[in-house]
Parts: sequence; C-alpha cells; structure tokens
Amino acid sequence: MTQLTLTVNGRKHTLDVPPNRYLAEVLREDLGLTGAKIGCEEAECGACTVVIDGESVVSCIYPALKAQGAEILTIEGLAPEWQAAQSPISNLQSQQNGRSERLKLGDLHPLQEAFVLHGATQCGFCTPGMIMQAKTLLDENPAPSDDEIKHCLKDTLCRCTGYKSIVDAVHAASEKMRSGEMPPPKLPETVTPLESIGRPLHRPDAVEKVTGQAMFTDDFQFADMLYGATLRSDHPHARILEIDASEALAMRGVHAVYTYEDVPGDPRHGLVENDWPVFAGGQYPARYVGDPIALVVADSDELAHEAKKRIRVEYEPLPVVADPVYARQPGAPVLHPDRPTGNLLKHIKVRQDDLSQAFSEADVIVERTYRTPRTEHAFMEPECSIGVPAGFDDPHYGKHDKLTVYVGSQIPYSDRRQVAKSLGLKDEEVHIRGTVMGGGFGGKEDITGQIHAALAAHKLGRPVKILYDREESLRVHPKRHATIIRVRTGAKKDGTLTAVEAELYGDSGAYASLGEKVLTRATTHATGPYVLDAAKIDCYAMYTNNAPCGAFRGFGVTQSAFAVESNMDILAEELGMDPLELRRKNAMRVGAMTATGQVLRESVGLLECLDKVEQGIRDWRSEIGDSLATDQSPISQSPNLWEPFTIGTKRYAWGVAAGYKNTGLGGGAPDKAEAEVEVFPNGRAEIRTSSAEMGQNLIGVLAACTAEELGLPFDDVSVLVMDTDRTPDGGPTTASRQTYVSGNAARLAARTMREQMQAVLAEKFDVPPEVIAFHEGLAYVDGERLAKVSNQGTGNGENRAVNGSNGGPRARQPLRSMTFAEAVQTMIDEGREPKLRYEYWAPKTQPLGTGGDMHFAFSYAAHAALVSVDTETGEVRVEKVITAHDVGRAINPLSLSGQLDGGVVMGIGNALTEHYIEEDGVPWTEHLGQYKMPGIKMMPEMTHFIVEHATADGPYGAKGVGEISSIPISPAIANAIYNAVGVRFMALPVDQDALLLAMKRGEKELDRRWGDPPPA
Amino acid sequence: MTLWQEYHLPATVNEALSLMQRYDGQALFVAGGTDLMLDLEYGNHPPVAALVDVTKIAGLNEIQEEGDWIVIGAAVTHAQIESDSRVRRYGAALAESSSVVGGPQVRNVATIGGNVAHALPAADGTIGLLTLDAQVQVCTRTGDDVTCEWRPLLSIFAGPGRNNLAVNQMLAGFRFRKTGPREASAFDRIMRPQGVALPILGVAARLTLDESLTRIANAAIAIGPAGPIPFRTTEAEAVLTQAPRFDEAAVDAAIAAAQAQARLRTSKHRATKEYRHEMIAVLLRRVLNRAVETAKTNVE
Repeated sequence: MTQLTLTVNGRKHTLDVPPNRYLAEVLREDLGLTGAKIGCEEAECGACTVVIDGESVVSCIYPALKAQGAEILTIEGLAPEWQAAQSPISNLQSQQNGRSERLKLGDLHPLQEAFVLHGATQCGFCTPGMIMQAKTLLDENPAPSDDEIKHCLKDTLCRCTGYKSIVDAVHAASEKMRSGEMPPPKLPETVTPLESIGRPLHRPDAVEKVTGQAMFTDDFQFADMLYGATLRSDHPHARILEIDASEALAMRGVHAVYTYEDVPGDPRHGLVENDWPVFAGGQYPARYVGDPIALVVADSDELAHEAKKRIRVEYEPLPVVADPVYARQPGAPVLHPDRPTGNLLKHIKVRQDDLSQAFSEADVIVERTYRTPRTEHAFMEPECSIGVPAGFDDPHYGKHDKLTVYVGSQIPYSDRRQVAKSLGLKDEEVHIRGTVMGGGFGGKEDITGQIHAALAAHKLGRPVKILYDREESLRVHPKRHATIIRVRTGAKKDGTLTAVEAELYGDSGAYASLGEKVLTRATTHATGPYVLDAAKIDCYAMYTNNAPCGAFRGFGVTQSAFAVESNMDILAEELGMDPLELRRKNAMRVGAMTATGQVLRESVGLLECLDKVEQGIRDWRSEIGDSLATDQSPISQSPNLWEPFTIGTKRYAWGVAAGYKNTGLGGGAPDKAEAEVEVFPNGRAEIRTSSAEMGQNLIGVLAACTAEELGLPFDDVSVLVMDTDRTPDGGPTTASRQTYVSGNAARLAARTMREQMQAVLAEKFDVPPEVIAFHEGLAYVDGERLAKVSNQGTGNGENRAVNGSNGGPRARQPLRSMTFAEAVQTMIDEGREPKLRYEYWAPKTQPLGTGGDMHFAFSYAAHAALVSVDTETGEVRVEKVITAHDVGRAINPLSLSGQLDGGVVMGIGNALTEHYIEEDGVPWTEHLGQYKMPGIKMMPEMTHFIVEHATADGPYGAKGVGEISSIPISPAIANAIYNAVGVRFMALPVDQDALLLAMKRGEKELDRRWGDPPPA
Repeated sequence: MTLWQEYHLPATVNEALSLMQRYDGQALFVAGGTDLMLDLEYGNHPPVAALVDVTKIAGLNEIQEEGDWIVIGAAVTHAQIESDSRVRRYGAALAESSSVVGGPQVRNVATIGGNVAHALPAADGTIGLLTLDAQVQVCTRTGDDVTCEWRPLLSIFAGPGRNNLAVNQMLAGFRFRKTGPREASAFDRIMRPQGVALPILGVAARLTLDESLTRIANAAIAIGPAGPIPFRTTEAEAVLTQAPRFDEAAVDAAIAAAQAQARLRTSKHRATKEYRHEMIAVLLRRVLNRAVETAKTNVE
C-alpha cells in the first residue's frame, strides 16, 4: 500500500492504495464517484474521462499514483463548480463531492443543461466522459467551430446519438455561456403536436445521466459483495475432458469454482432454442471460444481473474466449422448432435407465384452475390450482472425478498425464466431488477452473466458481481449475422420488376440465439420494399463454431437490404433508368401485396419518402452544390442527380437506397405488452412495464402517452421499467416494437384509468362521464371548456386553445373543477383502486408461408448519401446524408431525431469500418481498438424528413423507427461509391486499399473487403 | 495478476536510473503509459516488479529554446508539442505528427520519449523527429554518477519495438536545429478508419531551398513503416539535392528512389505492400510540395 493524496471535486482525500491501482478504480470504488464509466480499459472510448489539473485524461489506465497531489474534477463536481463560479458567495452545498442530492436543470453546468435539452444523452454511458472532455474545450475556447469540437471529441465514443446532438449541445452551451441564452434544438418538421405527444420533451432520466447520478449495474456496490470471473474455452470446438480447479480453490479469498456439475436445474438456456449450455463440460462440448467452462467467485475482481488462470482444463479439440456454406455440406462435423437437422438451424423459404414465368417476362436480369460482415453492437456499457441472494438485507439497497439479479437487459422476463429454469426454481422465486442500461441494440437480449451471478449468489448467500471487460464482452455476446446473399432480379424494359430469386447463407454461429427469427426477417425482406410478380427465396441459417449471432438493430434486414438495393442500382444502370425512378415505379404502396402474401392496407409512406429525399438532393444541389469549386458547370444544371464531380483529389457523388422494416414480432407470434398505471393523491401518476429503456427513450414515450391520456403535465408522470416484481411484462425490447406495443399498453392503461376517474367524478358531480375532461393536471366539468379539450388524447391535435390567453386554466378556476390530486383522492375515498393494469394485444399476425398479415405494421425509409472518394488514396467519406422515414407519427421529435442520427451513423459503421473478424473460429477482433465504431469525425451532415402516414392501431398512429434508420444507409453509400468512381463493393466493409487498387486496375466490381485474409 | 508491484516517482534522472539498476531488469520506465499499460494488460509484456515514472523528473517535461536548438524533454507530452509555438515554427513536421497521435486525452499524457522508446517504425512522433535530424540525449549512470550525451536518433533503435538502451541508461530528451531561412518541414500520414491503431504509412520531409528558391539544397525524408526500424530514405534525399531544380520531374524521381529503397511489406488487416508503395508516392508528393511552399515563405 502507498499513501495517495489528491483533491477531488474540491475535497482533499488521503488514502492507502495498492501501487497498481488505476485512477478510475480509486474514483469509482474507493471514493464512490461512479460518474466516470469504464467502457474499454484500453484508452479507446473516453467514457472514463476526468480532468486532472485542468487537462483531460482517460482514468481507466491512468496509474492512480501518477495523480499524487493533483486536483481532479469529475462529472459529479461539475455542476457545483459551475454554481460556485456563478455565485461565489453562496455556500458550496453538500453536493460538492458527489451525488448527494438530486440536481435540477437550473443547477447544471451549461454543457449538462445543453446535453439534456438537445437530446445529446441517450443511454448516458458515454455522457460523463463526453461532457468532461467538452468542458476542457470550452474552458480554452469559448466559441469553438464544428471542426474544433470534433477535434476535441475525436476519441470519445458514443454509440447512440450519431454525435450530431452532441455537437449541437456543445454549441448551445457555448452560446449560453456567452449570451446567457440557451438556443433550442433544431428539429425536423412534424404534424401539429398534442399536449405531450409530438413534442420534443427531454428524457425523464436526462438530468441523472448528465450529472453522473444514473446507476448502471457496475455502479452498485453491495455489502459483502463477491466477484465472479468466467473461464472460457481456449478452442472454438472441443470436448472438455477434465477440469481441475484445485489450485484456484486453494487460493486465499477464493470462495468457489462452479462448473457444469453445479447447475441444479436445466443445464442449458436459450431465447428460442434451448441449446446453449450454462457451462460447457460433460456432455456439452465448447462450441465457440466464448463458451464458459467455470466461474470463479472470490473476494475481489482481480483475485477472481487471477484464480481463473489457475484452473487447468484438458481439452480434446474437435474439427472446426468456420463457414456456413461448409456447415451445410454433407460430411461437415455436426455441432449439435441432438438436433435432427444437423447444422441446419432452419431452412427459411419464401415462395410467390411462378418464378420461371416471371423471369421469362423480364428483359433484363441482374444476378450478383454479396457478403455482409459479422458485426458487433459495441454498446458502450459492457455486460454486468449482480446476483443478490434471497433474504439479503443490504444497508443501502434494503431487503431482498427473493433471489435478485441486477442487470441491464432487453428482456427481463426472459432472463427471469432462464435464470429460474437453470437454478431449478420457480419463475416467481427470481426477481430481475433492471438498472440503467448503457445501450443494447439487440446485443443484450441473450443470457450472459445472469445465470452465473444468480447461481453463485444463491449458493454462497452473498451478493456476487460479474462484470465483463470489453474483451470478454466482444468474445461472448451474439453478433449481427454474417451473410452471403445471391440475388437475381428481373425487370421489364420499362423498369417493372417481375421477379426476385435469392439464396442466403446466414452464419448463426455456435448457438441459435434469435438466428432463425433474424434470418427469417432477412428472407422475407429480400425483395426490398417493392412489388413483384414472383419470388423464390431460400435462406439457410447455419450453426458454425463462430460467435453466436442474434439480434442487432435491423434484424437481418440490414443484410438483405445491402444486396437488394445494390442490385437495384445495377438494374437501373442496365435499364438506363434513374435509380430513384426505378424504385418509385416499383415501390410498395397502399393496396400492394408483399412477397409473403400480405396486402398493405394503410400507412405505406415509401413514395413520399423517395420524393422527399429527391427534393432534399435537389435543394442541396442548388443551395450548396453550385457554390462548390468543382470541375464542372453548376451541379444543379446536370439532369443526372448521380453524376460525379471532382474537387481536388476527391470525387463526389450521391447514392440512394430504400428500405422497409416490420414493427413488432410478427410471423404469428402473439405480440402483447402489459402496463400498469397508478395515480397518486399528490397529483402524480406512474406508468410501469418491464420493457427496456436502453437509451432510445422508451420511458419518454411511455410518459408522454400516459400524460396525454390523463391530461397531466409530462413531468408529473414517472416511469418504472424492467422489473419483474414491480412491472408487468412488456415483452422483449426488440423488433422496433416498444413504442407501438408498450406505448399502446401505457396509452390504454392510462385511458382506462381516466375513464374510471371520469365515472367517479360523474357520480360526484351528477353529470354524464363524457363531460368530465382532464387537462393540465385538472379535472373539469365544464361544457364550454370541455368543447375545447373534447378531443384530447384521441389523436386529433386541434385543441391547443385551451391553454388560454387570459392566465390559463389554473388562474380562471371554472366553477366545477378539481385538481387531478383531488380527483385521485375522491376515487380512493370511493374505495376504488388507484391502480390498474392493461394488457394490450397487437393485431394478430400469420406465420410465414400461410399468406395474410405477417406483420401488423411496416416502417419505410429512403436514404441518400453524398460520398467522397480520394482518388489518390481510396479513402471514403460520407459527407452528407438526407433521409426520409415514414414513422406513422412522431411521438417525440427530439428522441426521433436521435434515433435517426444514431441509426445513420451506425449504418455508416456497417458500410465503412465495422467487422468482427474471426479466423477459423478464433476472433482476431479482441479489443475495442480493433473494432472501430464511427467516431465523431465520421459524422456526416444529416438532414431528416419525417413522413407520418399514421397506422390505425399504433399509438397516435406511430410505428417503429429504431431499426429502419440504420437499414438503407449502407447500400446508399455503396451505390454512391459506385457513382463516384465506378467500383461496386460486393462485400462490406469497404477497404480503401482494395478500392484504390481496383480503381487503378479498372475493376468494376470488388469482392474484397476489410478483414478478408491478405491476398496471396 | 499484479502487473507491477511498486510505482516510483523519482525526482531526478540519477534517482530514476538508480531505481532501474536496483531492480536490475525487473522494472520498466513509464511516462504517459498509454502504450505500456496496454502491453502489460494484454500480456504483451510480462509483469514487472516496478514501474519507474519519469514524468515528475525536474526539467524533463519542458520545451526550451537554446540558441540554434529546440530542446524537448523526454516527458514532454504530445499535447505540449502540438501547441508549442516554437515547435510549430521551427519543427513543423514534429508538431504536425504529434497532433495526430491518439485523441486529446491520450495526447495529454502520452510523451515524446515514450513514443521514441517504444521504437515502432511507424511511430508518428519518431518520424517527425527523424526528419528534423533530431538528436537524442542518453543518460548513463556509472557508479553514483550520471553522464548524458547527445546521439543521433537512429542510433538507439534495435528492431521493431526494441531500443538498445542498457539498464543503466535512459532517454532524457531530444533536440533539433531550428529550421532556418528557406527551410521548412511537413508531415502527412495515411490511416484506415477500421480497427488498426497504427498508421498505414507516415512520411515527413524537411527541405532547404537554395538562394534561388528553385533548387533543394538540403533534404531529409523519413518514412514509416519501411523497415524494422524508423527509416530515412537517403536515396530520395540525394535525388532531390542533386536535381537541377525542384519540379515535377524531381518529385517523381524522388518518389521512385524512395519506393526503391523502402522495405515495404503487407501487414494483415492494415495494408498491402502494393498500397503502401502507392502511398509513398501520394504522401511524399504532398509533403514535399507543402514543405517547399512553406520554405519559400520563410525567406527571412
């Protein structure tokens, strides 16, 4: 131990630390300042940024003793420091050293306030580091330019926002610091809002997130807590012959080592197929290098990891299946011998009418094969689970009646089922408690550490935390499926599509996860959003010894869209047609039928999306394009929107792609969500559902729906999510479904509550219930006023006049009104329960192959990308993106913009940078530094158009947006690259090296991508 | 695994070297630690008994102007270098190369001494120093005494990731002659946006024009990676100084000479040999033209 003296947020600390402690550990564990987050432990993500003596550093690998005598500022100290600087005479309050009191918006540093108001915090995990880093910029440069902001935040990563709102927030903070006025966010146009619906209300949890108060799983410290470390397979495929843990168990401070023999219940888990062993061993071989073999539980995280290395495992390596095409060949080793179909997880088929007839009618047929990469969610918060045993009474977090797992999970009830099943308990004996969740994107649907943490806590009677470092996170959780997609598209001379024939191979890796569902979506969407005469699509979802693949934003459609939309541009060229015109000609529209036999009856805004994007490009050409110093006459004069132009060594061109994506589970799966609403005599309400908040602002959607229906101010509604004991089941947070399904559950729960309150008040005032209205926290019995609000909550936004010009309703106090609080009290006095549950069932869907409605709604989009290619280096940059999305209804334009920005930038990563590389089942990608998600410098300019073709059953007309925003962008970029330099990428992600050499050799199509083995 | 048992913050070079001698090969110098910590964490370097942090040694974190020389302490950070007006003016290639290392948080702690000591052939800071013909100050402890001497920078590299300093030696600083009238330097590099930390190629050049401003009187060109240790393309330098005038033909000839002399290879997922070959042409042309343009404006 060495004595360390340092000043943190104005307070001096002297403590004894081991010489190998990092600063982040001192701050988070020794001082309890958990605002700085640990995202990678390799100085890659910047989430742990703090300011030391005025300079920002990443604290995760900063030796604590280096900070000897230093002054440190963390996110917890930012607002108090700001307040002190603003009014030096006011006392410094008790908050100075951290999270003692809830802060309010007005107490915050302008950067924090701007991050709240501009939607620059979503999951919130990167936020503390982002704000601290931005602060160092504003300290030196009060009015930074866009470039200066990007330079400053270059290596501070965010996976949610796409960075646009962050840049805007830094500008807004700068403006406020200089002028005292905070500019509002600039948002796309949307239809007239209602009271809460359609308004850019900031997220309910934003203040906690910008101040470091939000509690992610790893931020919890329980009394007597132990730590787990997981030993994983050295081989992609191997039988486990022997596990010798004696040396590890003999270590002082090691409490237990668990293996397959210690699982009391079901030895396997799985979201759909029960095929994934809790521990490999015994009858279950290790089938990928992420398979767990043993769990060590020890006094400290460091000790657990040290002990893990002392466990000896004897393996019998088995032949490795590393390729889905090989996996399907006869004679390939069979990975799951208990499955009747061998390595074939599922053969998925779409059949529509007579294919050969339809192809015979085609004048042009284009056939190509495409490859898409296995990609990684790279949510900023690595997985963490804490098991707390039943009966455990924590001095800070209280009594735990049941075995409890704290975790940020996309499907809490599924976690409960799987934990209970493997522990041999009843579902009701397990409690999943959701924590604030640092991103998911589909990557937190499967089990990771939940069962292990519960098992260890249950057996040892003490809380057990299992935190994955980034390396383990990368290695373990399911990825986006790598696919090989061959598509044949036929069209008549006039551009009318006749047929699509396609064959897809999807590498689902070692375990099924959601592979079958994902690849079904890839298959059913493999025609693109177009009307055809015939289709034949076959998809082979294969088991291999690669990382399991499952849900990832886009859910298979990201992959098939790349193939389909690339083929569309090739087809357009062969037909001599404008690519937008070809798409428009064949676009799905009301009355059209999909390849799976679904007639689209409403809410098909694709044509409008295409029109908006075209208009966006035209506007850009005349407003910006013509002012550029290009090699040609004014850009807007060219009749060809896709014609390239040159500036210096760079060649520029636009490219376009369209897409669609189902909302909801579909395919005949019952799709429901339950919500509970409770109203309180203090005039507030709470809405509860287990649905997951992972950054997308579902909680804001739920609060808005509830507030709208109850006529309450938005801020008077609180939201509780992700808790299997205190919230009813909202189902999985996947498939862009929660705004629709849980949003409806909340809306209808609140509406039912309102009706119940109306009934009580009607009796009290002796009027019919219909004349009771709820507005701005008041209940009215007033005909005139009622007329103004009579449409509230019904989706019609024509009633804003009620806010009144002469002082508002509160000031006028009509004769017969009472506050919402009084109304609740009246209801309670009548003996009515102030709480009710509503189970919302989405419209029924049909399984694939049976015709009819496979999905209850689709969202549509068109994306256009302006790309530059440096003809000397092959470097590709996305300069500008114009999107249009038909989302049904914009529930919250601020969050919606955030979903669009974030989806687009994530799609840029899919096209340009991201590839989780495995070589014979062994990951080359071991660290975050080897998996580059886009940084702020890759952010393009973005313009979004919102198209609102309401869907009848959606809440206020809304359908999903989470995934569609990330789908057409990759093919739009590939099409733009082709338009710019005449080289088409058949495989992603783009490789500048291969592109340059292809340009030099005059190759038109390039099957080489980044991550392929070097050419011989 | 405890990656290091003790952490020392010596106040003098003598104290630092005496610690290193005491641990006799079981200790490592650490400055910013941005590379070293990861090497230890990833197991690329075995655990050590001690880390000896040189950043608190007096004078080691300062940049000085001493007559014709700019002297930079080994513990000076990349952030200090990129923002130092003297380095920007008299050693632009180093300021430019230092400004692209990592992100701001890394540059706030990562030091030029660490960059050089790590001995990577593509290290940006090293390439910047090399083109400035920098010297390195090596301090050696013998008995209780420390003596320091200036050596050519290239003399300390033993191979990729290896320097040839002994256990009783350390880097204390660097110095380069200020670029003078009609002289300028420039740096450029090519990265890829994917998961590779090191540049595909970095090129720096320092040129002196003769009085006519049409001919190169003196040239120094550093390229990395182009061999196992940081590399100067003496052939291309000779082509430029022998050319009758600085023009397209001279640049082309210099490029050809550099391409012929560089030992390029394909590194997996980073770049092919062919691509690097092309990039020598692109980057060398860019830095030569930029250096000449700046040199022309540095007339007095």
